[in-house]
Amino acid sequence: LLIVAVIVNFILQPDLFDPKTLNNNMRVFLPLILLSAGQAVVILAGGIDISVGAIVSVVNALLATQIGLKGDPNQAVMWMIIALFVGMIAGAINGFFVAYLRLQPIITTYATGFLYAGLALFILPNPGGGVPYVFTAFYREATPLGLPLAFYIIFVILLAWFVTRQTRYGRYVFAVGGKIDAAYETGVPVSAVQFSTYVISGFMAALGGIAITLLTGSGNAGIGDALTLQAITAVVIGGTILSGGKGGIAGAIIGAIILGLIRNIISFANVESWWQTFVNAAIIVLALAMPGILSLIRRRRA
Amino acid sequence: MKTRLAISPPLAAVLLAVVLFLLSGLLPNGFGSNPEVAVPQALTIIRIAVFLGIIAAGQTLVIISGGEGIDLSIGAVVTLTAIITYSIVSGKNENVLPALFAVLIVGAAIGFLNGAGITFLKISPLVMTLGMAGLVSGLILVITQGNVSGSVAPIMTQLIARPVLLGIPGAIVIWIIFGLLMWLLLERTVFGKNLFAVGTNRVTSRLSGVNVTRMVLGTYALAGMLAGLGGFLVVGNTGVVHIRIGDPFLFPSIAAVAVGGTLLSGGKGSYWGTMAGALVLTLITSLLTTMQMPEAVRRMVLGATLLIMISIYGRQRGFRQ
Repeated sequence: LLIVAVIVNFILQPDLFDPKTLNNNMRVFLPLILLSAGQAVVILAGGIDISVGAIVSVVNALLATQIGLKGDPNQAVMWMIIALFVGMIAGAINGFFVAYLRLQPIITTYATGFLYAGLALFILPNPGGGVPYVFTAFYREATPLGLPLAFYIIFVILLAWFVTRQTRYGRYVFAVGGKIDAAYETGVPVSAVQFSTYVISGFMAALGGIAITLLTGSGNAGIGDALTLQAITAVVIGGTILSGGKGGIAGAIIGAIILGLIRNIISFANVESWWQTFVNAAIIVLALAMPGILSLIRRRRA
Repeated sequence: MKTRLAISPPLAAVLLAVVLFLLSGLLPNGFGSNPEVAVPQALTIIRIAVFLGIIAAGQTLVIISGGEGIDLSIGAVVTLTAIITYSIVSGKNENVLPALFAVLIVGAAIGFLNGAGITFLKISPLVMTLGMAGLVSGLILVITQGNVSGSVAPIMTQLIARPVLLGIPGAIVIWIIFGLLMWLLLERTVFGKNLFAVGTNRVTSRLSGVNVTRMVLGTYALAGMLAGLGGFLVVGNTGVVHIRIGDPFLFPSIAAVAVGGTLLSGGKGSYWGTMAGALVLTLITSLLTTMQMPEAVRRMVLGATLLIMISIYGRQRGFRQ
């Protein structure tokens, strides 16, 4: 699917592999990539996090109001670190309710998502604010050794993931997502593992929020709304099963890139603007339905 | 073993609603202790709650059906059907029935697609209906291109918004009849019995001869249909339409079900509870509005309410049990 998307996009946008376009694309895709990676960890452990979009909004609102367009760079860095903590706290709240109070993840993170979205709107009632130009310029233009900044970040995430997978913790995540009762009986600290996945997801969402703030350079309390479904879709396209236990982060990152490419294709294919939302949604639903359709066909053959 | 206070969730929700209402009277700009102001005030709040209540009816059915059942496309369906009603009726009384018919079919069709995706393609209900919400929103943009023309018929506002019986607005009468029908459906029909069975345990109900696939399909279709009815009533009440008219109903529709004590994991619940839940949520919203709280605070309070409610009712079993 990635290959198909790349080829179609290449036809419509011939300079796709030009370093500049590559950087353009990757910096737009990065927020979703970060979000999807975090979401993948939660889903692997058998949960789901519907509050990630709202966490992105909170971080965006926080940075846009606290740093401001004429902010001092040192303070800005400090606020970004605070933002990461905010994300982790939000994730910890989710984790607490899901893991320790044993509430259903879907409805819990839906409720906390509503809570966080309200918070974002509280911090930043009207779109506005922003971050200094030097930061956005750095995020947009930085290409160390000729490769876009996003590649390095993705590389770091993948590296971290492959290391974690080898550790005891990594196996615990898969165990909890696979057979939760068996995991419990063999002494896996189930609640702690579930809790930690939500903290990771909150952290990645905050990172995504920082990335999207640096990308747009402005604040909007509703900026993350659309990202939640896209992140889940990216994880599913990437081959992770929603019931948990199977899949990985690499797939989720590829899924996020595919979604980004699809949006590119739609805008380059001159789809009329009224149709764009519909076409985008249709492709997403189709992508979600794909595994089901394939297994239906396979069953019919068998 | 400590004795637990045995009080059924719907009753608790009703009590909560009454307390909240009395509380709202104590506000500086509330009605105070004057019953002549209090009664119309109460009727107004109930009338506003009707729309949420009817939209949440479908949500109740879907959630009772279990399997992580939830319908996030309801907001978009309400918008779509409100727009359809608006443009079909275009001010003529004789067009009201065809419009009602059309929205019920459109709603049922969307719900059926949800059900088909969930049962045949094994997409999780949350993701499927969220995707459907995007699809329907896209469809709305395509159809309307940003502007809607039409209007509602006088008979609709007459029946829905004005008093019809002893000063009670038509919407409330409709809701009471509707509540009775829902009770009949859930408690006195085979469909209702099967629904609870499917929600409690899909495997055992399939083994005891319930066609689970058909039940799930039917439930989502019915939920879509009820959302369609909701859209029809909403536009009949407001008389105007815009392309986000259904959005504010989505989150409260789930919260109302949860507040009313329906188990979010399925298999247990009632529509009475949802009705009470709709009242509670409408009261909270109107309370916050009277206190002049901004939208942000209202959202946070609603989110917190749902969180507290599910913490009380929604605990899942522990491993040690």
